[in-house]
Amino acid sequence: MATLTMTGAKPVPSTMQIAIKEAFLTAFLVFMLSFLMIGFETQAQQGQPLSYVTRFAAIVWGIILVPLGRILIVFNRHGRPMPALIGGGFAFLYLFGGAVIAILFDVLVIPFNDYFGEAAGAAGIPLPFADPIVDAIFGLGALYIVILGIQTMRHTAHGELTLAQREAKEARTALRAKQISMVLGPALLVTALVLPFTPWSDRVLVETMTLILTYVMLGWGLNIVVGLAGLLDLGYVAFYAVGAYSYAKLATEFGLDFWASLPLAGAFAAFFGVVLGFPVLRLRGDYLAIVTLGFGEMIRITLINWQAFTGGPNGITGIPRMTFFGVPFDRTPEEGTQAFHTLFGLEYSTMHRILFLYYVILGLALITNFFTIRLRKLPIGRAWEALREDETACRALGINPTNTKLTAFALGAMMAGFAGSFFAVRQAFISPESFVFLESAVILAIVVLGGMGSQVGVALAAVLLIGLPEVMRELSLYRMLAFGAVMVLIMLWRPRGLLAHREPTILLRRGGGKAKPRKAGATA
Amino acid sequence: MSFTAAAMAEPDDTSLLKVTHLTMRFGGLLAIDDVSFVARQREITGIIGPNGAGKTTLFNCITGFYKPTIGRLELFRDGKVAYLLEQMEGYAIGQKARVARTFQNIRLFAGMSVLENLMVAQHNKLMLASGYTVFGMLGLPVYRKAERAAQEKAVHWLERCGLIDHADLSAGNLPYGAQRRLEIARAMCTDPVLLCLDEPAAGLNPRESAELNQLLLSIRDETGIGVLLIEHDMSVVMGISDHIIVLDYGKKISDGTPAEVQRDPAVIRAYLGEEEKE
Repeated sequence: MATLTMTGAKPVPSTMQIAIKEAFLTAFLVFMLSFLMIGFETQAQQGQPLSYVTRFAAIVWGIILVPLGRILIVFNRHGRPMPALIGGGFAFLYLFGGAVIAILFDVLVIPFNDYFGEAAGAAGIPLPFADPIVDAIFGLGALYIVILGIQTMRHTAHGELTLAQREAKEARTALRAKQISMVLGPALLVTALVLPFTPWSDRVLVETMTLILTYVMLGWGLNIVVGLAGLLDLGYVAFYAVGAYSYAKLATEFGLDFWASLPLAGAFAAFFGVVLGFPVLRLRGDYLAIVTLGFGEMIRITLINWQAFTGGPNGITGIPRMTFFGVPFDRTPEEGTQAFHTLFGLEYSTMHRILFLYYVILGLALITNFFTIRLRKLPIGRAWEALREDETACRALGINPTNTKLTAFALGAMMAGFAGSFFAVRQAFISPESFVFLESAVILAIVVLGGMGSQVGVALAAVLLIGLPEVMRELSLYRMLAFGAVMVLIMLWRPRGLLAHREPTILLRRGGGKAKPRKAGATA
Repeated sequence: MSFTAAAMAEPDDTSLLKVTHLTMRFGGLLAIDDVSFVARQREITGIIGPNGAGKTTLFNCITGFYKPTIGRLELFRDGKVAYLLEQMEGYAIGQKARVARTFQNIRLFAGMSVLENLMVAQHNKLMLASGYTVFGMLGLPVYRKAERAAQEKAVHWLERCGLIDHADLSAGNLPYGAQRRLEIARAMCTDPVLLCLDEPAAGLNPRESAELNQLLLSIRDETGIGVLLIEHDMSVVMGISDHIIVLDYGKKISDGTPAEVQRDPAVIRAYLGEEEKE
């Protein structure tokens, strides 16, 4: 390729020259981005005027380390992965390993240090940044460079893959994803069922799991729209909001209990799905995404501004709590009624309601899953997938694209409506704050990261995406940064999602024919 | 100009599609200019013409992808006009009038299996049998029977098109020739009365072309449907067409049996240029 560009009088710059040029640019960029945001930390203390501390050392280290990484990437891009492997590997081991040791040291040894009266500090490893978490994040960046290097190595070792090789590789990945799904699915289900009764379960764990399951359900619902029908919906949270406000209004105004309002909330959400769907379904791809994004915002802004109905930014408070099919979980039931614990002769515990909520969302999510799996094998599900593959061909086969898309939208919205009702009954308070665009983005990320169309993949991605930030609460300030880094790494490692594979909805020969490799010349 | 009289002849019991004064204009471009012809049941009607003659545009008008500027497209059933295609929604032409088509650039559901492609083609029938998903969701025998029947029909067409060994492969992984045949099988699974094939032999080797000829002839003879065939491969068109229409710059320049068309000076001029030989 290089010879082709050598037509002009100018000599082609060497890799080193390009690397140095890019390194300077990167250094400049790092400086511009970090100077104000990282260089100065404001500190507000009671009774004191606002003051700041400078963190110029961190900027200097950033300006040294990031351009170095850039140089490694440039060399790697020009077919020399060794610097990336060695330099990146060293940086990863040193920064990440050092940070881990420092954190462990902090957690485990410092208490003893205090006891021995020694000065608190990291384990004596000189790390560039004062906060070991930042070092760890830089270490992950180095790991990224190493992965790039490994990819280049593999690429040069095998040369360009032929079409058949690439297909075989894809088939292998798909098979592995299928095997993993077959083991992981039941394993996750059993874990979800028994975890609340294991000794190390506590209130926080069950509540976190409840949150995760809400997103699993939302992911499975959105999977119908995005994964099966291939309609990119960026405003999915709007239907979640419709479900939540439906239950809130039905319960506070009409005194309906959760189980009575659940189908109504689902129906309302589905109705909104159709209302949105009707005008926009002529649009495809990006255009559809933009309109759904707008719809999501419209719903949120309506919720904020329609004071009389939605309570505006203050939301709706005092939403009736979950009952055990009409039996409350109160400590002291009203005169003449029974509470859950008196009915079953149990000691009163706040955990009863929490556990019941957990099993309700588990049940709802499983119903969604069952429903989706079944739908996929019915004509409507096949039509969705066909529509995702080729809308023009669908039309030629006499499939009504509008109706087919509308059903996908309505059913997806209905699932979100159910999940929204559950959210409202769990929180007992809802406000437009809970239905911002970020929620839509997270749900979409769960679907994409899980591997579009893969049910187990979505569950796994929800565990990662919702569970991980909960686990990483320790990282406080750097939580979202670490979260982003993990997502980038996963997408590099598995560009089509964690468990991307597609099982045909109908097989002519069960087990027999599918293992047969493709014969290149077998045309007749 | 004997062919004009033939084309304008009143439709009889064997008529399937009557195209009258069809005109399609894209801005200043006249893609189809006042074309009229009749296609019959149990006949293969070949449509030929140099590149850009308007053949695919004609197909797009018949199958509802374009709305013709002027003209009438009448589809007959039992000798009577049953549908006016120019007034129907695109998908309804496939669903109700049962006109099926294939595409010049293959349009399969590449990520789905071969068998699934044929099941999707029977969508409307299965949708009805599944009670718009309700019966299917409940797993009622009505739906299961319909699905089994649909699978049998799919298997029938897979066998006819020599694809039965590939049934569970994903359609996008099939070799090119097999993809072409799958598209025909998929179109046939919709139970069409008129099958429109847009260059089905493009990219096939001579042996595959010969097999395609056999397939199309057997489809014509066994199902009795009408076939409209756009093709550049003269060995296919001249070999199996019962009736050929020649388009050039959007106009119909000839219409008749293959032998008549081959002798027509207008056709020779369109294909070989102004100077007449001999």
